[in-house]
Amino acid sequence: MSTETLEKSEVTAKLPTEELFSKRRKRLISDPLNEDNPITIQVLGICSALAVTVKMEPTLIMSIAVVFVIVFSNLIISVMRNVIPSRVRIIVQLAVVATLVTLVSEVLKAYSYEMYKVLGAFVGLIITNCIVMGRLEAFAMGNKPYDSILDGLGSGFGYAWIILAVAFFRELLGSGSVFDFKIFEAVGIMNFPTNGLMVDSIGAFVILGIIIWIQRTKTGYIEH
Amino acid sequence: MQQSNAYIIGFTAALTIVVGGLLSLASQGLAPAQKKSVELDTKSQILASVMDREELATFTKDQILSMYNERIESLVVDINGSIVEKNKKGGPLVAEEVNILKNYKKDPKDRLYPVFKYKNADNPQKIDAYILPLYGAGLWDKIWGYVALKSDLNTIAGTAFDHKAETPGLGARIGSPEIQNRYVGKKILDGSGNLVSVNMVKGEGNAGLTEHQVDGMSGATITGRGVNDMLENYLSYYKSYFEKVNSGSLANL
Repeated sequence: MSTETLEKSEVTAKLPTEELFSKRRKRLISDPLNEDNPITIQVLGICSALAVTVKMEPTLIMSIAVVFVIVFSNLIISVMRNVIPSRVRIIVQLAVVATLVTLVSEVLKAYSYEMYKVLGAFVGLIITNCIVMGRLEAFAMGNKPYDSILDGLGSGFGYAWIILAVAFFRELLGSGSVFDFKIFEAVGIMNFPTNGLMVDSIGAFVILGIIIWIQRTKTGYIEH
Repeated sequence: MQQSNAYIIGFTAALTIVVGGLLSLASQGLAPAQKKSVELDTKSQILASVMDREELATFTKDQILSMYNERIESLVVDINGSIVEKNKKGGPLVAEEVNILKNYKKDPKDRLYPVFKYKNADNPQKIDAYILPLYGAGLWDKIWGYVALKSDLNTIAGTAFDHKAETPGLGARIGSPEIQNRYVGKKILDGSGNLVSVNMVKGEGNAGLTEHQVDGMSGATITGRGVNDMLENYLSYYKSYFEKVNSGSLANL
């Protein structure tokens, strides 16, 4: 949790009529996608990135769940930011996140039981996903609702594209398929040697490491 | 800003009430849909033990439910093979609602044992297969499933296994059709009618398997042993029921 407290958001004095998508607001979305990515730069939410990325389908559901939770908890906390007692703010944030996560889990159980069985425990663990709490504490507590939604979208999608990329390679190399579609058999390679390492969490470490390597080479980011 | 204690207590109390109310509303509102999902899941697992999985996968939810209603007839027996019709509260006992996990924690003598009969498509009087639930321990956590026996109560027509946390790529393979299909056609009784069950042997690619053995999973010997125990235990629990079926002493089987 140390890195994200450093980048405390500065509440900029805004002009009364700021454009709907001003340059600053675009950066709220685009920064977490690459230069300030929650997984690869801030190194948050690693546990779920390792756990759920064996196949594309559960990963996609998990991404949607996390984006939903981040956006709405950001919005709710931002709306309430002036009435939340500062001494119990973490508990209030936790209560909001836990409520949203429980809702997601209940809806999954009702309408996508297959996914509920696969993701059950991990959806519950979104509560402890540092990205969610990190954005609430660092951004939503000090910014207006609309900006907080944009920030939530940015962080959520930043998380989503990384885990989807990891899942793509893990499913492709580990199970020889993408979204359970046997891709190698479709192009005529019948005995593609699938790699057991990729099915294991170790595979996620390897892929994640390579993604971080490529990304940091491009952005020139160095750990301080 | 520093608020008074009264404000903090009031705020948290209000938050608790709002959040609690919201969650109980959601839980109440979604309960019917959740019950249906669980039911669908159970029923498709039961059907998967006797049907072709690829065919089953093409079915819609409603097709699975109507197929189940048409082809499956269920009953519950006790360890002596007698039919149990009433639950503890005196209401009708539904085989699909018998919780195998809760029963597993009781002594085998006190458990309830559901039986799902797979009826012939053309002649509903004829039973094609008897499907029995299984429950046991794998390497890391619980494993469960269904085994379908042909009407001779000896030949395995199919199996469906599932697990909570077996090692992916090793023990988790019990959930795949590849492993489950190895059981098809194996016999659970020896020549003189004693139960010997079907054992998964150690290692993979074994030659010369008997009709009481299936090939193992390399790297998952303990999961395999768990499956063996689960299968043997549950087949023995149904012994009295099988005897009654064979002797024809159960009026409507």
